[in-house]
Amino acid sequence: MKRKKILSLAFVMLLGLSAILAACGSSGGEGGKSSSSKGNSILVFGRGSDSTSLDPSRVTEGETFKVTVNIYETLLNFGEEDTTVQPGLAEEWETSEDGLTYTFHLREGVKFHDDTDFNAEAVVKNFERWANGDADMFPYYSSMFGGFKGDAEHVIDSVTAEDEKTVVIKLKRPQAPFLKNIAMSMFAIASPTAFEKGDDQFERNPVGTGPFKFVDWKPNDTITIEKFDKYWQEGLPKLDKVVFKSVPDNSNRLNALIKGEIDLADGINPADGEKIESNEELQLVERPSMNVGYLGLTVTRPPFDKKEVRQALNYAINKEAIIDSFFEGRADIAKNPMPPSISGYNEDIEPYEYNPEKAKELLAKAGLADGFDMELWAMPVPRPYMPDGQKVAEVIQSNLADIGVNAKIVTYEWATYLDKASKGEADAFMLGWTGDNGDADNFLYVLLDEDNIGSNNYTYFKNDEMHDLFIKAQTEVDETIRNEYYKKAQEIIHDEAPWVPIAHSTPLLGAKKGLKGFKPHPTGSDILMHVEFE
Amino acid sequence: MSELMPKVDGIAEVEIEKTTGPWRDAWRSFRKSKIAVAGMLIVLFFVLLAVLGPVLAPEGINDQSHTDRLQPPSSAHWMGTDDLGRDILSRVIHGARISLTVGFASVVLSVIVGSVLGIVAGYYGRWVDMIISRIFDIMLAFPSILLAIAIVAVLGPSLKNALIAIAIINVPNFGRLIRSKVLSIKEEEYITAAKAIGMKDARILFSHILPNSMAPVIVQGTLAIATAILEAAALGFLGLGATPPQPEWGKMLADSKDYLQSAPWTMIFPGLSIMLTVLGFNLMGDGLRDALDPKMKS
Amino acid sequence: MVSYLGRRLLQLIPVLLGMTFIVFMMIRAIPGNPAQVILGQQATPEAVAAMNEKLGLDKPWYTQFFNYIGNILRGDLGESMRTRLPVTDEIWPHLAATLELAVFAILIAVVIGMNAGIISAWFQNSWFDYTAMILALVGVSMPIFWLGLLGQWGVAIELGWLPTSGREEVRDPVNAITNLYVIDTIIQGRFDQLWQVIRHLILPGIALATIPMAIIARMTRSSMLEVMRSDYIRTARAKGQKMFWVVYKHALKNAIIPVLTVIGLQMGMLLGGAILTETIFAWPGIGRYIYDAINFRDYPVIQSGILIVAFIFVMINLVVDLLYGLIDARIKYD
Repeated sequence: MKRKKILSLAFVMLLGLSAILAACGSSGGEGGKSSSSKGNSILVFGRGSDSTSLDPSRVTEGETFKVTVNIYETLLNFGEEDTTVQPGLAEEWETSEDGLTYTFHLREGVKFHDDTDFNAEAVVKNFERWANGDADMFPYYSSMFGGFKGDAEHVIDSVTAEDEKTVVIKLKRPQAPFLKNIAMSMFAIASPTAFEKGDDQFERNPVGTGPFKFVDWKPNDTITIEKFDKYWQEGLPKLDKVVFKSVPDNSNRLNALIKGEIDLADGINPADGEKIESNEELQLVERPSMNVGYLGLTVTRPPFDKKEVRQALNYAINKEAIIDSFFEGRADIAKNPMPPSISGYNEDIEPYEYNPEKAKELLAKAGLADGFDMELWAMPVPRPYMPDGQKVAEVIQSNLADIGVNAKIVTYEWATYLDKASKGEADAFMLGWTGDNGDADNFLYVLLDEDNIGSNNYTYFKNDEMHDLFIKAQTEVDETIRNEYYKKAQEIIHDEAPWVPIAHSTPLLGAKKGLKGFKPHPTGSDILMHVEFE
Repeated sequence: MSELMPKVDGIAEVEIEKTTGPWRDAWRSFRKSKIAVAGMLIVLFFVLLAVLGPVLAPEGINDQSHTDRLQPPSSAHWMGTDDLGRDILSRVIHGARISLTVGFASVVLSVIVGSVLGIVAGYYGRWVDMIISRIFDIMLAFPSILLAIAIVAVLGPSLKNALIAIAIINVPNFGRLIRSKVLSIKEEEYITAAKAIGMKDARILFSHILPNSMAPVIVQGTLAIATAILEAAALGFLGLGATPPQPEWGKMLADSKDYLQSAPWTMIFPGLSIMLTVLGFNLMGDGLRDALDPKMKS
Repeated sequence: MVSYLGRRLLQLIPVLLGMTFIVFMMIRAIPGNPAQVILGQQATPEAVAAMNEKLGLDKPWYTQFFNYIGNILRGDLGESMRTRLPVTDEIWPHLAATLELAVFAILIAVVIGMNAGIISAWFQNSWFDYTAMILALVGVSMPIFWLGLLGQWGVAIELGWLPTSGREEVRDPVNAITNLYVIDTIIQGRFDQLWQVIRHLILPGIALATIPMAIIARMTRSSMLEVMRSDYIRTARAKGQKMFWVVYKHALKNAIIPVLTVIGLQMGMLLGGAILTETIFAWPGIGRYIYDAINFRDYPVIQSGILIVAFIFVMINLVVDLLYGLIDARIKYD
């Protein structure tokens, strides 16, 4: 009996408590607004998903770099809005005639967040750490520098500290995009004191020289960084705090932006661009484009083994209609597998025009006058290069129907999609690519060379002449000659048509009107130190 | 949900020899309940939509019109248009067919599989029962939507696979129900008598046990259709069900998320349809239970 | 009692083992290589191979399975492939987020559901009774993701009364101690923050509460009607006594058992079913965590995540069963 009483008492108390909570809830409304006014130098940056690590050298994933570019710095930087090479932690640098020796002169008076001095020693320790790793530890290092210490293909011979402020890097063979590689955000210089304590600790407690230092990480929710008072550039950063908030859903993020819960939102649907422009409290920000969205044709699968069929598809698809309807015009029609902003782009290629008649002729020539059945794989997720794969697929489907090709739209979950496509199981698939370092090699070689069949060359396209060009270009230091190689390669690709290039899109961001100094970077990793509120 | 349904053991009292009697009684009492009849009318309405969909719908499911995007409800488009300029009314009507098919087919599947397993477990007992019952326990210990998501991840997202996943997660509910029926009936005198006069197992199953389990299965099944429709919509909402351009209601809701402010009608009508259909089945299920299970009448 | 508890716990072992096995086999049947997914589109085949080796995915499945079981017994739930953090560390903040939401939802459901049920029964066949019961019927049939969207659209966006998503005011974050923010803010005396946390809880809480609330209302009503039919109450009523509070107390006690059942069952549903609510309201909870893990093929997280949720579900039901015993001495255990 006694138990019963206690229990019912507890229950009544529970009821009481919840009644109070419920009452609080219902009277609500006014309280919310006040707190945002005091936080004017806090920037809340809404984005699609959380980072996986805060050690940029260990990942290949963009959401990590978005945060780490603000915590760490690299020896060299990219330009504010392009991928030209600019001074970073190294003020100056020299390249030897043969392209084998690089000398970097480091900036003075730079300190890590943990008060460790930044010097040549620290740089060497960082490079040693990467070179002694393996593909699991530092996946990007091996793909950019051909492996690790002891590997035959490893490009870097030695990294030495000449004196306190001079670092010399010797290469085994010339690497044309070497300086661009060094400027990539994954090769950020971290505090040796911090990473020598052990990797797992370090990944969650990043220590760099950047304008912001790490504060707090609530998984799948927020990452908070705050102003580093001893940052070497006077008066920077302008913000006190930045909060990176994960809001997975694009529409949710937009709503949060409109309601003022976040100040800056990544991944705005092209369809919503107008809504932001017409909103007096918001501004639309365009990220410079460095991507390509395409329809890949798997050349090992008939009838796509025939060049005529591939060309026919190029003529059949109305790219302009696609860009008008689904990119809301915020994209350029693509004719090459890389965007025009990249050095080596071939202006002279004559694009395939939209011409269903010509497409039919080509099909007839290939002996397929009556058309054929195929699978058209549509991306299940929005990507910057393809905001709505499924709907674009529906347009392509109707374009193909016009030339007698019966396409069935197929979709898989994203992970499965990539996996199956890389195994060459798709007839035709939609995909795209965002550049990492603004080099032609990072598009053409990575996406279309035979060396990358099974990974990023999903079409299984193979061409000996093109392969030779790519390999020569990789070690060619002279920019003009190198560009010639790439231009030639683009001609081959155009003629062989393993892709239907669709668009170079302009990714959109939304921001509060009063936000100033935000310059979106084409790589997608934005340095926020100049950002301020009016 | 299933656990919440009151025990349906009372049905064993229904005698098989006079099958027509109790069923007619049940109908009479079902008819008396206004709410149950309302439920049945709702269900009938959606069944009609599903059957006559192509005749009733003013437009096809994929008639895109890029000039008519996101139009509010008007005399031309009673429920407005979606982001591809398709008539929402037409898509909602066609959606009825998808949802009802998934709901009905998945429940039929789980009833079949569940009955077989339940009968085997209940009738043969011992280790067979042990194993089957443990498997049911295990399956019921998973949160059902998570299990469904995992199954769809294995099979690949499509309407068919969503249907299979929903059928799988509902198997233990029916399996347990049938098993308990079998156990209770097995001990009834007439079964012992039938056994004593040498009736074969199969005959006992088909002439005694199955008919006796019908009523609770119908009740449970009607309610399960409601749940299955909800689950299918949930999977569609997460992008794991119907593929475009299929006008599945949950998928339509997911697409509408982008236009919450500018075009709320894209969200309101598919959601309303899901709710009404589910409501219809729930009301009908409640009514059936009251009608078929005299013990529950209050 | 103790032997009953022991027996129940023993019975759990095969269930949990079976679950582990099913989950283990199932996620390995999912097409897609986790190493490829983790490393992303930019990964080289060498990196993928190295990762496979490190993750032990190159070994036969039974070796992997027994290793996994062995690790669980040692209290090691594995390490997320994606973030390289132990699942035990990573899971708590997510679990806490969902628990907080689920408990809040159950509270709403119990308070509103029980009271609505009692009042309905007291004024049987009144307009209140009809409205409440129709609402309850609609509630049981409600697709909660739709309700969530409606709330987000109506209350958060159009009216602007409540935040659209998340669980705290990000400009003034809660200092997480237990990760149950209601408790954290109270410990730290930050009642302004508590207010914010509750504001964030309301919309997803109501969406999640709808179904259990409707079920509880219906159950309470019918148990209350039974109470009211008892002779004792009838006579009292006939004498014209003010009986409402008497009946209220009585009905509450009677309703506790069905309500407990609902809590037991719904708590598990809420834990798993929260995926939908969490998707709509960007709530960093366990449902979302496991769902993302499925997308990333993060085997250890899927495995251990589902196991933990299922374990909690099973345990809650065990506790509910034991509570029956405490409340109702008539239920015997041997």
